[in-house]
Amino acid sequence: MAASPDKARKATKKPADAMSMEELLNAYERMLLIRRFEEKAGQLYGMGLIAGFCHLYIGQEAVVVGMQHCLKDGDEVITSYRDHGHMLACGMDPKGVMAELTGRIGGYSKGKGGSMHMFSKEKGFFGGHGIVGAQVSLGTGLGFSNWYRENDNVSLTYFGEGASNQGQVYESYNLAALMKLPVVFVIENNRYAMGTSVERATASTDLSHNATPWGMPSLAVDGMDVLAVKAAGEQAVAHCRAGKGPFLLEMKTYRYRGHSMSDPAKYRTREEVQKMRAEHDCLDSARKRLEELGVSETELKTLDDGIKARVQEAADFAQTSPEPDPAELYTDVLVEG
Amino acid sequence: MTDILMPALSPTMTEGTLAKWLKKVGDEVRSGDVIAEIETDKATMEVEAVDEGTLTAILVPEGTEGVAVNAVIAKLNGGAEAAQPAPAPAPKAEAPAPKAEAPKHHAPAPALLEKDWGKTKTMTVREALREAMVVEMRADKDVFLMGEEVAQYQGAYKISQGMLDEFGPRRVIDTPITEHGFTGMAVGAAMNGLKPILEFMTFNFAMQAMDQIINSAAKTLYMSGGQMGASIVFRGPNGAAARVAAQHSQCFASWYAHCPGLKVVAPWSAADAKGLLRAAIRDPNPVIFLENEILYGHSFEVPEDEDFILPLGKAKVERAGSDVTIITFSIMVDTALKAAEALAEQGISAEVINLRTIRPLDIETIAASVKKTSRVVSLEEGWPFAGIGSEIITTVVEHCFDWLDAPPVRVAGVDVPMPYAANLEKLALPQPGWVVDAVKKLF
Repeated sequence: MAASPDKARKATKKPADAMSMEELLNAYERMLLIRRFEEKAGQLYGMGLIAGFCHLYIGQEAVVVGMQHCLKDGDEVITSYRDHGHMLACGMDPKGVMAELTGRIGGYSKGKGGSMHMFSKEKGFFGGHGIVGAQVSLGTGLGFSNWYRENDNVSLTYFGEGASNQGQVYESYNLAALMKLPVVFVIENNRYAMGTSVERATASTDLSHNATPWGMPSLAVDGMDVLAVKAAGEQAVAHCRAGKGPFLLEMKTYRYRGHSMSDPAKYRTREEVQKMRAEHDCLDSARKRLEELGVSETELKTLDDGIKARVQEAADFAQTSPEPDPAELYTDVLVEG
Repeated sequence: MTDILMPALSPTMTEGTLAKWLKKVGDEVRSGDVIAEIETDKATMEVEAVDEGTLTAILVPEGTEGVAVNAVIAKLNGGAEAAQPAPAPAPKAEAPAPKAEAPKHHAPAPALLEKDWGKTKTMTVREALREAMVVEMRADKDVFLMGEEVAQYQGAYKISQGMLDEFGPRRVIDTPITEHGFTGMAVGAAMNGLKPILEFMTFNFAMQAMDQIINSAAKTLYMSGGQMGASIVFRGPNGAAARVAAQHSQCFASWYAHCPGLKVVAPWSAADAKGLLRAAIRDPNPVIFLENEILYGHSFEVPEDEDFILPLGKAKVERAGSDVTIITFSIMVDTALKAAEALAEQGISAEVINLRTIRPLDIETIAASVKKTSRVVSLEEGWPFAGIGSEIITTVVEHCFDWLDAPPVRVAGVDVPMPYAANLEKLALPQPGWVVDAVKKLF
């Protein structure tokens, strides 16, 4: 049962074969939507229209978009407070997400949750959780519910490399492996837990090996490449769907912006960030691949314009949607009756 | 001749069933031999011999139920070291204790304004809790039981005895000792529409899972604008048991009652246990269900009606009175009723309210009583500072100030971690005399 420590695995599929041109185009569009949405959110934050904590996903888009391409209706997604990208990837309406950021009644949580706490039962998105690591046990519970109902749905449980040090994350690995729950644990290793680099926080920085003590298969993945993410994600999701238990993916990724809007980012150099952007950007590589496949610049420009318009529409909605009625203060504390 | 005594095999055991003798008269017994199997309130245990010799008499035949702790169950003829006296048992055990009967409670007064559910039968709180879970699990396949030792072990306190057999391992689920993880898992399952009953072996251990209970279970409905909540019951023994000291003896009522988004229930009788647990399981919200280990073996009358259920948020007047209102919950209802009895002998008529649900608090019942009696004492086992008594008294002052003839008084556990020593433990927990004294100060 126990896996040997060198059970380092290789993806069974080559990244280049992971997506058709149509799929890649679709993935590119979603990544671009997230990028532009987050840039707009950053702008609205700067204007004082968004307040509190606001954690942008810029740089990491390939992870969530590649993984979403492996899912079917009925699968569940759950993540931490850096959640805007996950919601858009799940197909939630950018207007509802942005209006939640501005604290308006048109937001997904009627303005009562904010950036870190949004949900959509309809789209299979279970939050949006502000306590680092808590979503990992909850995501294990989503997998549990699939096991209980004996369906073939899979829970995609995202967390950062910082959260991966939490005790309950290890408890969740054990529970999921013990009960053979269909959970894909996706570590988004963006290298910095707020200001603490992974080397300063984790004794063994090869996080895909976290799976080993539980005999859980795992892969370390280039999380800046949407094709590599899709290839690994397919393998992990298929494993879970077949009832073989959980799977761990370590996505090696990078966030370009600070931890939150209020992060001065003194813990890394500007050069480091620039190098990642210049050499590993998920949009650049996807765009290059699309051009190789014969997608014209005009097509890409049209797509780009379409996304800018959607994001602007979301921003407009988020500013015109009214604030929640004062009576909302008292609703949704308990289900009545 | 050495007496073999009925051993106490759990902190709350007062009696047990002598299930089986593994030695017969005439057998040689050596130290460490298993001589008998005893069923306690928690489990079946093997009894090992301490003394050596020949078994000369078996005084309690196998299958005997209700054998009191420290009763002589067999006699041993000394062997080579026969002169060795039996290790001195605790002094009070010199004479076999009288056959301890698990306390049986008789309804002290007819329930006021309570629906008459007709015929009743006697059952323990333990059986009532089990019946509530079994009935609800039969009715709704989304309901399941999860926790440490709930399945194969049949429950650390035997609450879930037999449930694995009926419902199978997918609905009665043993977990590893991993409270934080499995609580999060249960809450996640609830967010996805299942209705978990999560058993904590004791609520002391739930502190490891406090974040998931408060931040995930209690707040998600609000944070999601009403889209997603958690229909889940967190249950298990709360408060002081017996001689288990500080880390295992604490009342968490005020911790949970502080938080919006939770309901907090604390049953006293078996009828409370059954009726309230059924309601808690059906409730679409997270419910903290605070049981009491000492009460598990106590017997009460419970309606036989298969639809019997009690509403959450309604208190019960357990004893009607006219001079003072004593407001309490869980095992302290016993203490309050004993105090009321003693007060009656002194000519003071005390009304006793069993809160049943702590949040939401039944202000209506409290106010009606205090307006009648004009005096109020709150009673709880937990600590006084920011306790449930503080909330009760504030509520009384807000709603009935003009009716009060004396300042309200709270009686609570002593403001120290629970000590282990028997005498100190007794000094730390409210006694009927404390309540009597508190009441008399009001006149």
